[in-house]
Amino acid sequence: MYTQAMDIPDEPGKKLASVSTTVSDQEAAFEARIDADGRIEPQDWMPDAYRKTLVRQISQHAHSEIVGMLPEGNWISRAPSLKRKAILIAKVQDEGGHGLYLYSAAETLGTSRDQMLEGLHSGKAKYSSIFNYPTLNWADVGVIGWLVDGAAIMNQIPLCRCSYGPYSRAMIRVCKEESFHQRQGYEALLVMMQGTEAQKAMVQDAVNRLWWKCLAMFGPPDADSPHSAQGMRWGIKRISNDELRQKFIDATVPQAKVLGVTLPDPDLKWNEERQHHDYGQIDWQEFWNTVEGNGPCNKERLATRVKAHNDGQWVRDAALAYTRKQQQRAQKEAA
Amino acid sequence: MNTPALKEWPLWEVFVRSKQGLEHKHCGSLHAADAAQALHMARDVYTRRQEGVSIWVVPSAAITASNPDDKGELFDPAADKIYRHPTFYEIPEEVGHM
Repeated sequence: MYTQAMDIPDEPGKKLASVSTTVSDQEAAFEARIDADGRIEPQDWMPDAYRKTLVRQISQHAHSEIVGMLPEGNWISRAPSLKRKAILIAKVQDEGGHGLYLYSAAETLGTSRDQMLEGLHSGKAKYSSIFNYPTLNWADVGVIGWLVDGAAIMNQIPLCRCSYGPYSRAMIRVCKEESFHQRQGYEALLVMMQGTEAQKAMVQDAVNRLWWKCLAMFGPPDADSPHSAQGMRWGIKRISNDELRQKFIDATVPQAKVLGVTLPDPDLKWNEERQHHDYGQIDWQEFWNTVEGNGPCNKERLATRVKAHNDGQWVRDAALAYTRKQQQRAQKEAA
Repeated sequence: MNTPALKEWPLWEVFVRSKQGLEHKHCGSLHAADAAQALHMARDVYTRRQEGVSIWVVPSAAITASNPDDKGELFDPAADKIYRHPTFYEIPEEVGHM
């Protein structure tokens, strides 16, 4: 998911300290507020491990939004019409905005923007595995909206109730905007499905390539997700990986039917007893391989991101130099 | 006097008035080199869908916030002063709305 932080094991020897044995008054007050489903705000006392978990999750969520601009950005100059181009620019701009809301939320925890960017650019911090796959044809842009953003919405709606105030407020803003992303993608695909055989084949091809990656976005099964239980306890994570994945599949199957595409899973079928769809095995080896940096586009995405940042250095420097000059001029005039 | 050499753009808090007649409400923060740039960026980051008709930006460092540890002293004294609310007073029904 955009927030795969919960699912990635700590580096050896850097395990987050879990709840300590001596419970201070502050800690008791914190726990009581969490139990009462209250919110924690930046100035409130919080355990170090809670702070670290949030910094990690929110910054990686932000990185996902920023890197997520790249696969779609590739298609801005190749969009099939002015209308689709305007829509895509607006969507990519939204993703940039979502990254900024989230970086701001993480900064309230005492980390700095530079530190977070350093983490991303050095490869130390992760971002969602889904953006390490290529966007090969125009239908991929539609499928990203429909399925990738659809999966993101599934994950982000419960985050609107996250125990950390600034994160939950950022998520409310993000979710309001995200619905446009999913709908524009689905609608673009509907139009293609009324086109030529070749266009229909493009849609099916994009769905075939991205379906399993979208299911993996929710993260490993609950049993293999190292931080899930603590995240649930703290009200950071509200619904488990498997439960969100199931909700996503159940919501998507009828949409695929209306669209007229097949989801590439022979085991996918309605289970009357469970009142859910059964589905096949996800290739977790492939997921971990991508998370660890060996997916098809990891190197290219990171290199593009670092280059964009470095190429913009002179702009940031110039803006600061201009501000300093203005301040000095104002001080001289006042003297 | 030398202004300290900043490496990062400073942080600004953004307040947006959603429509004429309503108050400016805090909606988030952003980094910008100066006030003019902060306004410009606030427009792009927080009002892409006509969320506002007016924006304030304030340097985050200029805000003085109450300390959460003082919450008791600051706000609890108001809890037992229910006579400050209109519902504390019983008025005969025949008086009607007051």
